[in-house]
Amino acid sequence: MVERRHLLDVDDLDREGIERILDMARSFAEVQRRPIKKVPSLRGKTVANLFYEPSTRTRLSFELAAKRLSADVLNFTASASSVQKGESLKDTALTLEAMGVDAVVVRHPVAGTPWLLRKWINATILNAGDGMHAHPTQALLDLFTMRERMGNLEGKTIAFVGDILHSRVARSGMKACRFMGMEVLAVAPPTLLPPVAMEGVEFTCDFDAALPRCDVIYMLRMQKERQQEGRVPSIEEYVRFYQIDAGRMGRARPGAMVMHPGPMNRGVEISSEVADAPYAVMTAQVASGVAVRMAALFTLLGGAEGGDGIA
Amino acid sequence: MPDLLIAAARVVDPFNGIDEIADVLISRGRIAKVGRGLSRDGKEVIEASGMVLSPGFLELHAHLREPGDEDAETLETGLASALRGGYTAVCCMPNTRPPLDNPAVISGLWARARDMGLADLYVIGCVTRGREGRELSDMAMMNACEARVRAFSDDGAAVEDAGVMRLALQYAAAFGGLIISHPEDTRLSRGGQVNEGAVSTALGLRGIPALAEEVVVARDILLAEETGCRLHLAHLSTARSVNMVRDAKARGVRVTAEVTPHHLVLNESDIPGYDTSYKMNPPLRTPEDVAALREGLRDGTIDAIATDHAPHRCEDKEKEFDHAPFGVVGMESAFPVLFRELVESDEIPLERLLGALTRGPAEVMDLRPPEYGAGIVVGARADMVLLNLEEEWIMDASRFVSKGRNCPFHGRSVKGRVAYTVKNGRVVYAHEDGRG
Repeated sequence: MVERRHLLDVDDLDREGIERILDMARSFAEVQRRPIKKVPSLRGKTVANLFYEPSTRTRLSFELAAKRLSADVLNFTASASSVQKGESLKDTALTLEAMGVDAVVVRHPVAGTPWLLRKWINATILNAGDGMHAHPTQALLDLFTMRERMGNLEGKTIAFVGDILHSRVARSGMKACRFMGMEVLAVAPPTLLPPVAMEGVEFTCDFDAALPRCDVIYMLRMQKERQQEGRVPSIEEYVRFYQIDAGRMGRARPGAMVMHPGPMNRGVEISSEVADAPYAVMTAQVASGVAVRMAALFTLLGGAEGGDGIA
Repeated sequence: MPDLLIAAARVVDPFNGIDEIADVLISRGRIAKVGRGLSRDGKEVIEASGMVLSPGFLELHAHLREPGDEDAETLETGLASALRGGYTAVCCMPNTRPPLDNPAVISGLWARARDMGLADLYVIGCVTRGREGRELSDMAMMNACEARVRAFSDDGAAVEDAGVMRLALQYAAAFGGLIISHPEDTRLSRGGQVNEGAVSTALGLRGIPALAEEVVVARDILLAEETGCRLHLAHLSTARSVNMVRDAKARGVRVTAEVTPHHLVLNESDIPGYDTSYKMNPPLRTPEDVAALREGLRDGTIDAIATDHAPHRCEDKEKEFDHAPFGVVGMESAFPVLFRELVESDEIPLERLLGALTRGPAEVMDLRPPEYGAGIVVGARADMVLLNLEEEWIMDASRFVSKGRNCPFHGRSVKGRVAYTVKNGRVVYAHEDGRG
């Protein structure tokens, strides 16, 4: 039996594996520009989207990616609270396995859930976001977006700005950027930084001082509940020191770009002026998402079996 | 029943400072003779050459789940689990449903345990009514009832209100009661799953800072010092907690402390792939904390090893990490794990380990003969454990008599085996080959 391969976090890939997926994503991006956007690569395979968190964009992106590869798609959406009372995650997973799904794409509010699924069932697991922990396909699509615009990423500097502590996008993104040889800054008020710096990541609370070093400014969504938890005194104060606006953009490196995983809070972490500017690449990120997820699904489920540099 | 002769064991008795090779003759539930070359005629003989005979262990901190959660553990499975681990006496925590906060419920539980003839049961009562942290429970009445409750704890939670804790210590001091603190400030730990630090950051789990424990350890030591009441600190997990207890003892505060086997052996980096058998409160800490706990055990700052035995239903533990309850089972794995990790590695002498499983917890609870702690001398009640120190084996939680399977030592290579447990002169547990 061929050993199942999974994409749980970017650690499952090395730099070479990442580049292979990004290269493949480029050809799938080309497919998306054709009048007929579908290829038969995964015909006969079944992909289940198991979403325990509301996430329209990621689910649609995975669904579209699977369908454009001609896979059959099942969607299972549930709120974590109702599931806690009803069927256990394990029983749901066993049900999907009994139905013969080849891959499970899982989004869950609790960190580590994809690792439990890998232990419980014999299907390929793709992590579509687990709690504050990891979001590997987001990291890959962000790399793809940056590479398409900047070419080689080696030596470039990216600052992740905002609620680093609770962000899976930042956790996977920072690791992936390090893999590609980028300098990584984490910028936030001290109460939104993790207790210990991640390896190779520079922590700072001073956004204005960091800006002149930045080729990429990656803004994270600021949730209102962080203010209620007392982690920031007020949204107004947060905006004053951590919002990316036109004035701050003027201090970044020439040609710097702004990214955001969406959905944006206009007027909080990002001003409307910046959000709509040409150097803000959010729509390119969304378009990259489908191509990168096609590449990830194809690498894990299709083609030559085994030994593709993906764990 | 014929007399029982345990022949040629190494008798290690922390109560009487004995460490010698001897035969021990048991007759009518008591130790009748201790000496060399005792007659075997007409006796049932256990050949114990090469084995260690210790007084039966005393578990200071177990959750036996009755009443209310009998599908997780019952009095019977919990006390049988104790015997299999070498424990002949168990103190059970009162965070049951309903909580053990009054003499009627406690007397009923205690009498049932007595009639089972398994391990002895010492019930710990609640500090506050309903474990709600507001009004004191009827501590003196619990103390005066048949079950003789001598220790009180709201374990599972601290007594959050310092004013209430102060009153509890003042009140208990009057009748010689012991207050056991579960040191945790939930305003610092809320939502936390594992130790706050590099590992919580990497795993994307919310952290429980060391500080959540330490601020309550500091507070309760000060309150004990002020009131003069005896205070026991449950499941210490951080280096700074150990240092505070060491300093407090040095200036004469009547404080004692315990540590669990998992905090002595495992650290935060040992959690494999979000395995909820490694989820407990307090969480596994750093290697530096583990070293400090071992040092505290070595130098007597920490008085006792207690397992914080906390069985849960499998379906409750087989969940997303955040949704699974805290706690691991401990009584059946404690000795073989500790012997391998602490004694075999020459970190802790065998006599110190056995002391922390027998005399240490007895002193914490102020238990004395004839109830517990006479040791292995003529006239003492024959409650003993015979340990085979040579056997290496693989810990298998599926073979536990506890209902709990949530054990982080499952699958681990261990050394040392409880070969026999003797209670009131009867062999109540004997290991048979081929059973894990």
